[in-house]
Amino acid sequence: MNCDNIYITFPELLIWFPLVAGLIAFMLRKPAMVKAWALLASIITLCISLASLLYITDGEKNFCLNNVSYVWLQYIGSSFAVGLDGTGLVLTLLTAIAFPLIFAATYKNNYKNGHVFYGLMLLAQAGLMGVFTAIDALVFYFFWELALVPVYFLCSRWGGEKRIQATFKFFVYTFAGSLLMLVGILYVYQHTGGTSHSDHSFSLKAFQTVKLAMADQKWLFWLFFAAFAIKMPIFPFHTWQPDTYEQAPTATTMVLSGIMVKMGLFAVIRWLIPVFPEATALFDNVVIGLSVVGMLYASCIAIVQDDLKRLVAYSSIAHIGLMCAALFSAQQVAIQGVMIQMFSHGVNIIGLWIVIDIIEKQLGVRKLSQLGGLAHKAPVLTVMLVIIALANIALPLTNAFVGEFMMFSGLFKYNVWITAAAGISIILAAVYTLNMIQKVFLGQANTLTEGVKDIGWEQRIVLSILVVLIFMMGLFPQPMFDLTKGAVEGLISNFKNG
Amino acid sequence: MNAIIITAILGIVLMFSAVFVKSKTTPLYIAIVGIIAAIIANSLEMVNGTPFFDVDTKGMFDFNTFGLMFNNIAFICTLFFFLLSGKDILAVGNNVGEYFALLFFILCGVSIAATFNSLLMLFVGIEIISIPLYILTGTDKRNLKSNEASLKYFLMGAFSTGIMLMGIAFIYGGSPNGSFILGTLNLGGDKMPALLAVGMVLLLIAMSFKVSAAPFHFWTPDVYDGAPTVFTSFMATVVKAAGFVAFIRLFENSFGTIQPQWQMLIAIVTAATLLIGNITAVFQQSVKRMLAYSSIAQAGFMLFALFALNVKAKDGLLLYSAGYSLATIGIFAILIKMKDYTIEGFNGLAKTQPILAITALVFLLSLTGVPLTAGFISKFYMLMAAAENGQMVWLIVLAVLCAAISAYYYFRVIQAMFFKEPAEGVQTEGAITPAFKAMLVITAAFIIIIGCYPEMILYWFHSY
Repeated sequence: MNCDNIYITFPELLIWFPLVAGLIAFMLRKPAMVKAWALLASIITLCISLASLLYITDGEKNFCLNNVSYVWLQYIGSSFAVGLDGTGLVLTLLTAIAFPLIFAATYKNNYKNGHVFYGLMLLAQAGLMGVFTAIDALVFYFFWELALVPVYFLCSRWGGEKRIQATFKFFVYTFAGSLLMLVGILYVYQHTGGTSHSDHSFSLKAFQTVKLAMADQKWLFWLFFAAFAIKMPIFPFHTWQPDTYEQAPTATTMVLSGIMVKMGLFAVIRWLIPVFPEATALFDNVVIGLSVVGMLYASCIAIVQDDLKRLVAYSSIAHIGLMCAALFSAQQVAIQGVMIQMFSHGVNIIGLWIVIDIIEKQLGVRKLSQLGGLAHKAPVLTVMLVIIALANIALPLTNAFVGEFMMFSGLFKYNVWITAAAGISIILAAVYTLNMIQKVFLGQANTLTEGVKDIGWEQRIVLSILVVLIFMMGLFPQPMFDLTKGAVEGLISNFKNG
Repeated sequence: MNAIIITAILGIVLMFSAVFVKSKTTPLYIAIVGIIAAIIANSLEMVNGTPFFDVDTKGMFDFNTFGLMFNNIAFICTLFFFLLSGKDILAVGNNVGEYFALLFFILCGVSIAATFNSLLMLFVGIEIISIPLYILTGTDKRNLKSNEASLKYFLMGAFSTGIMLMGIAFIYGGSPNGSFILGTLNLGGDKMPALLAVGMVLLLIAMSFKVSAAPFHFWTPDVYDGAPTVFTSFMATVVKAAGFVAFIRLFENSFGTIQPQWQMLIAIVTAATLLIGNITAVFQQSVKRMLAYSSIAQAGFMLFALFALNVKAKDGLLLYSAGYSLATIGIFAILIKMKDYTIEGFNGLAKTQPILAITALVFLLSLTGVPLTAGFISKFYMLMAAAENGQMVWLIVLAVLCAAISAYYYFRVIQAMFFKEPAEGVQTEGAITPAFKAMLVITAAFIIIIGCYPEMILYWFHSY
């Protein structure tokens, strides 16, 4: 294909711009300036991402604008190859939307050494963009790890009291998982291309067309899945998650729960199912079983949590579990649901964290037992939270309803009993969410919550944007279906062939 | 040939420089200029294929690209070592000229060990490396630990030298045409004579001792801990890498054809080295001792080159030599400046000395093997070489799990530097000049450049 007159492509812009912006942020010393710069940079990234949506139709020029490959390591057949496709577009868009919202919502927070904080945040964004656009296994692994490193420093430096231990647990868990994936990548690589060693390649195409014996697929599947399951996280690899969410600074928690957990799901869609179709078909029941157990387990624990952050952390495990189960059900409608839910979950959970951050910043506590009666004092905040919380439990009209409905109907086709078990988690979700609303916002105000003020204009804007997104996607999800249709059909054909 | 002769001459020049030159810093400048000359001479030999000195070695040397390329890496790492820690060598004692002379004799030994083609030259090379090291270990004359380390190293080293000689003798006796030249030992395929097999195992033991592979690693922590820190830095990097190059050269050229017969042995040694190095390092409180165990752990990864014995293994070993040496030289250069060698001594370094902390971060991330650093790409090549070999997946999985353990002890230092509050008083001692900081930044930049573009090194190896 002739791509001569195209100098830079969208995926490159999405990676390099936040990276350069992050490096610039390190050099800015004035706190006000670095904040404004981070916000501006993230808005520019959003514009780039939105612009890329205009060029998604087929055609030579658009292909050239969305895919690029440079020779990187010629002796081992790895190229710096990045590209945007349906699944990637959804998640790059989510990443691009999330960062300006996070920066705006926490605009009033002052961080010690703010230039390092915002610099690392932007580097994390660059890493995430890389993960969602990489179409070369080695490049993918690079970004997979590089997204982790800034987040590790953000959590350990600006987090809560037990941040060092909690974050270190997170780092070692994910690092060990990634290394297992690296072994998997190396073994798949040995089987790509021809028989001679010089024909091997790390490209996504080579990985997806590789012919692996069933015996090899069986153990390679688990090497890859270990990395992805830890990242998502899937029961029983989830133990790092509540501690890290609790201890991380809220802006980073939003990145972790809104976007980084989607890395695991995304990787399953792009690197696991297409590469190991037979093993996926063989182990789908194990994975779905683990996911459903995790959902129920996390939902039950969420009910008894007294800490708002931990409550949302456990609810996130439950939601991710459902997405993972739906992914492995191999039903078109369920996978379509996963695509839309990945985006919706990101929007909703970031909204929840923003509300929790507002409460914590004002009152200094986030224990359910110490809060109450906020509705009288902060009506706008309450309305916003109720909408976001209801979206989180997938009420009709909201974005999550569309996704969850489709996932459940897909799961239903897969197995009725599994669906029934998973369905219980919906009821449990309603229990803990409504309980939270009741304890925090309703009832009598106590001495602590007496002096609460309603939210400021920048938080109103951010939450309004989120609420608009929630309703927009709840009422009119069709654009998202169109965006991901090709990717879903491709994935389904993998199952069929496998 | 250029490298061997030039380093030997420089050694002698530096030895006499102490007599004729009064200034204490002059030997350092001679050494820096000398090592640059050695790099240029060696590169010219690699590119042109002809040495300056036409010596008939009767087949006892084989100056192939791999060996010459390794010479270059060793010399460049030494240059970094001189530029970073040269001032600290001057501070060890009064006999500065001798220290540099001994270092250049070691480099001469390194060049021999990297290009030998005869068992005799292997022995000569390894001994030229070892004997100056015994002396350098004991240069801190008034420190009991240094004396103890030196004696321990000498006794254990002499013992392993004996084993190596015995191995060479067995092989000479066992090979039907009585030869020391590597390719002509005539091993007899599947039915290797008992004498040869015994000789091979003895050589394996002796070489494992020299590269501190388990279970022959017991000298390493004490010697590394007792020696003056500048010389530990050199010992743990250039010398260790040279040991591996000699090891792989020996086994590829003389026993490469019967690889299946000894592969399991190497696999066990590798697994033991990885486990012992990594697990013991976790429990260390002193950073210097931790780095000693980490050097054992990293040796475990380098042993993969021997296990796999293919083209990628050689690529990997070259990258590993460069990446591991630079990172370790860098971290040792910082360690020398610290007052307190325990992990707590690093507390809050990011606040008091940000440049030192950030460069130390790059070095430690590289040793852990995080992408973008040379450490990752070299570990990656090692694993790829082993995977290409296709056997013993358990060993590779064990290796990556050990790499995850290694994150634990390297990150303890990172946590101390970045997330803990500094103690009262001054943390560092000795002058931390802008030039030193600039050199640290250059070293860190090199590590990242190699990590992003390893073919900078491999291109030379594959083109000539």
